[in-house]
Amino acid sequence: MSESDTVGRPGGPGLAGAPRGGAAPDTAPEAPISSTPQGSGGNATEDTKVITRPGDKIFKALTVGSGGFVVLMIALIGIFLLIQAIPSLVDDNANFLFSRDWNADPGVFAFGVLDLLLVTVFSSAFALLIAMPVSLGIALFLTQYAPRRLSKPFAYLVDLLAAVPSIIYGLWGAYVLAPALSPISAWLNDTLGFLPIFAQGSSNLEIGQTIFTAGIVLAVMLLPIITAITREVFDRTPPMQIEGALALGATKWEVVRTTVLPFGRAGYISASMLGLGRALGETIAVMIILSATDKHFSWTLFDGGDTIASKIARAAQEFNDPRGAGAYIAAGLVLFVLTFVVNAFARSIIAGHKEYE
Amino acid sequence: MTAATDLDRPASMPAFQEISPGRRFKNQLATVLVGLAFLAALAPLVWLLVTVLVKGLKYVFSLDWWQKSLAGLTPRQFGGGVYHAIIGTLIEGLVCAVIAVPIAIMVAVYLVEYGKGSRLARAVTFTVDILSGVPSIVAALFVYALWVTTFGLPRSAFAVALALVLLMIPVVVRTTEELLKIVPDELREAAYALGVPKWKTIVKIVIPTALSGIVTGISLAIARVMGETAPVLVLVGYNPFINNDPFEGNMASLPLLMTNERLTTTAAGEARVWGAAVTLILIITVFNLLGSLISRLTSLKTK
Repeated sequence: MSESDTVGRPGGPGLAGAPRGGAAPDTAPEAPISSTPQGSGGNATEDTKVITRPGDKIFKALTVGSGGFVVLMIALIGIFLLIQAIPSLVDDNANFLFSRDWNADPGVFAFGVLDLLLVTVFSSAFALLIAMPVSLGIALFLTQYAPRRLSKPFAYLVDLLAAVPSIIYGLWGAYVLAPALSPISAWLNDTLGFLPIFAQGSSNLEIGQTIFTAGIVLAVMLLPIITAITREVFDRTPPMQIEGALALGATKWEVVRTTVLPFGRAGYISASMLGLGRALGETIAVMIILSATDKHFSWTLFDGGDTIASKIARAAQEFNDPRGAGAYIAAGLVLFVLTFVVNAFARSIIAGHKEYE
Repeated sequence: MTAATDLDRPASMPAFQEISPGRRFKNQLATVLVGLAFLAALAPLVWLLVTVLVKGLKYVFSLDWWQKSLAGLTPRQFGGGVYHAIIGTLIEGLVCAVIAVPIAIMVAVYLVEYGKGSRLARAVTFTVDILSGVPSIVAALFVYALWVTTFGLPRSAFAVALALVLLMIPVVVRTTEELLKIVPDELREAAYALGVPKWKTIVKIVIPTALSGIVTGISLAIARVMGETAPVLVLVGYNPFINNDPFEGNMASLPLLMTNERLTTTAAGEARVWGAAVTLILIITVFNLLGSLISRLTSLKTK
């Protein structure tokens, strides 16, 4: 694609400019189009100036403006959140980054984001831990194992998971999955309870409003995201490599291990990071599933609690004074920075891989 | 097709050696695991859809459900409908699309037609990537900080639409960009050769060629933003009445109705929640189907 473009574009000014000698010095990319009729027929009339039609100028300005607008938008998000957060942060009676208690009531106004941050990262990491191997399997199944004719409809089914709104995941997770998981979590708690991660937490295991449930629901939501990109990358494995491995007598799995996986590794990791970004910011499903609690997060899957996003959503209806809202906006800013870093990191992983394009 | 079968089955069986049991076992184990992974994705999908349909489908068959609101009903009263929430969801989604689509298409045109390789284009691509990863709650907080705190305007459905714009732009830019890229350069060159200005080439040749795909992308994007809950939670209040004005007053939407009625712990409340879930899934399905239908109707005739 890019080759044909480079042939198409710079070729234009060259062809158009050549007959007129030095008549078209600094042609903007759109210049040759409007000047082509000039160059062929109007050499005598106007040979000193290249005419750019007003329509072209306006249209280009519009597109450049839209592009700039989008860039500006990201900057504005950061700036506005910061501006709104600063007054509340100044008033904060606790250390915002290291306090583990959140109290944005006007009387107390001592809030720290650390506990929310820990729950956010912990639940997302748990979700990623489940989702990564499963989506690797799905991507391999769709690209290498499934019958060619079925792989498209199968892929569509997986994509359907992404079309389900997160609130419906939340309802399903809280009212259907959580009770169904309670025997499993009770068993894990009984047999492996000596490990801190499976220890008794703040949430009732019978009801199952735990990080464990939330993490599994998040994992399901991540599957289509991670799979979609991983699948695309796996599909671009050079057939020569696959055929070479086959010719050497490799089994299907050995072909996958020696060609597909090394080729697609960077794409897979990048896709997983994008999924992580999504999990960190997931709001409503987590809010519905997790039970709110006053206790600190204690590094167990069977805790309740709140992620940054779910805390904001829980309080959203009571945003009345700007000062209180500012506390939540400060938490939102932390989330924004976190997802920004994760996403930028994910993009930077595949940025250097020309073979994926 | 043929390439695949050739890959799967070598022309002649390897004559030199048997595959050792260990390798064969690993190969079969991998095949089984990979198949199981796929089933692990299907299981929640089926489970979830069946749950929602079983719990909610029975409520959406009455005509009242589609024509009435929940105005004046007590938490225990069955009946009423979700018309107010459907209209709210549609208004928010469509207002968002009206704002987001022109911007997104212009951005995509810039990336493909004008900015190739320039520094701004790289910045735009990067921003679109980042924007597509911005959590919906952060977009909502941003609009809250801008619209409510800074401008002092009340919460409204329009503010919700603004937050949805942020979520919709990257989706539409992505699809449009991909589609514009595959418009053959010969079409552009033919237009230039006829003396058509560049902007007219884009508007009359390039975009129409890609239009059917763009429309599909837009309707998928609308379906996606209509299911977003975080922005409606932050930026507009719920009310059980019908409100058609996006600038004034509270407006219900299906996700907002669900989060509110979820706290109504009666049988009627449960009915409303799951009925609304079915309705939301139906609307999203309709928009998805609409996308492919429109694309089929508007696609350029190919020989």
